[in-house]
Amino acid sequence: MDNNNHYDAIVIGAGPAGLTAGIYLSRARLKTLIVSEGVAGGQMILTHEIANYPGVESISGYQLSNIMKKQAKSFGCDIKTNVSISELNLEGDTKHLVLNDGTTFTGNSVILAPGGRSRTLGVTGEDEFKGKGISYCATCDGDFFTGKEIVVVGGGNSALEEAVSLTKYASKVTIIHQFDHFQAFEHAVEEAKRNDKIRFIMESTIAAFYGSEKLESVDIKNLKTGEITNFATDGAFIFIGYVPNTEFLGNKVSLNQWGEIIVNSDMATGTEGVYAAGDSTAKKYRQITTAVSDGTIAALASASYLNELKTRKKQYLNN
Amino acid sequence: MLYTNLKHLESAADLKKAISENENVMVICGRMGPMCIPVYGIAEELEDEYRHVQFYDMEFDNPESYIIRSLPEVRGFMGIPFTIYYKNGKVAKATSSIQTRDQVKAILDKEFAVMVKA
Repeated sequence: MDNNNHYDAIVIGAGPAGLTAGIYLSRARLKTLIVSEGVAGGQMILTHEIANYPGVESISGYQLSNIMKKQAKSFGCDIKTNVSISELNLEGDTKHLVLNDGTTFTGNSVILAPGGRSRTLGVTGEDEFKGKGISYCATCDGDFFTGKEIVVVGGGNSALEEAVSLTKYASKVTIIHQFDHFQAFEHAVEEAKRNDKIRFIMESTIAAFYGSEKLESVDIKNLKTGEITNFATDGAFIFIGYVPNTEFLGNKVSLNQWGEIIVNSDMATGTEGVYAAGDSTAKKYRQITTAVSDGTIAALASASYLNELKTRKKQYLNN
Repeated sequence: MLYTNLKHLESAADLKKAISENENVMVICGRMGPMCIPVYGIAEELEDEYRHVQFYDMEFDNPESYIIRSLPEVRGFMGIPFTIYYKNGKVAKATSSIQTRDQVKAILDKEFAVMVKA
């Protein structure tokens, strides 16, 4: 075992849950490593303004991420971001993690906080036309569609609210939703229905994207009849929820039907020494504050486990 | 101004100067939004690894960014950031919207490869 690459605890994920766990663990003088496949801050960096984080009147997600990262580092936490994990072994007292470049790290405890990402449709042309007509962010790209006809895919609050906001730019917005009713709050649905620029195509989904230099049309599949119709459009905004980044875990910990990690009230998974925190866990509310809370509990539980493990090893050596 | 840790380009003249004085330049033209911030973060992290490349950002809403928005290479782009890779003052590659670290590295390695003398 390479001692330089051995840690008391390894945290996977550098969003608010992972960074908080890193702060608590390293402040408790436990040698801690945070590894993340994305940038530090996770989805928190995407928030333009956070006005409900207690103790801070107003801050951008980017700034809060940088402060949390700095805070963790100041306590001695090592942080490696934008890395890819190729192997993970969570069994036994010593857990192993291998990065794509072959670097191996070991740890006695692991906290899983990989967060989530925007769900994509995964259909033909989606990758090709990303940034060339397909967008996942209305505030970022809305103005490229001034005077143009676009479609919005989804039926939740984000889809309905963003569709309304996109009418500031687009001449016509067609909402395509897979069910015969919306999941969004009633007021969001009413606001969309009251907007003259918005049309609805229900019980349908996009089956393919087409174009040359940029998006020109989509195939819309009626989910009830199976009929496919080609629909001319200049843009497509996709708001179909989030998926947890847990594919890399396989069956190493228990996941529910949505791929979320199942934890108990100590944020412990069913695997000894392995905890989970943040948006990738099975829970109802996903906020920065709840992620911070999860990260705190997971770190304290992990520290307690590490203490027990140390005592157990000492007793074994004494016997 | 963009509040990243990258060097900022404030004007078209700044950009012209940067690409005339440096062989390899990457410019991320965007806003402080969800598609742009990850790309700034990746560039910040790659600065140490790619010392032969100069990394900059430029605010998309700055009128001076016309120098990027009017490039023929960005025709059809409808997602920010517009990321432009300049080799010896000329556009070597341009991408639209969010990119992964692997995608950015692949472009840097291809377009700005370090030639080793035999």
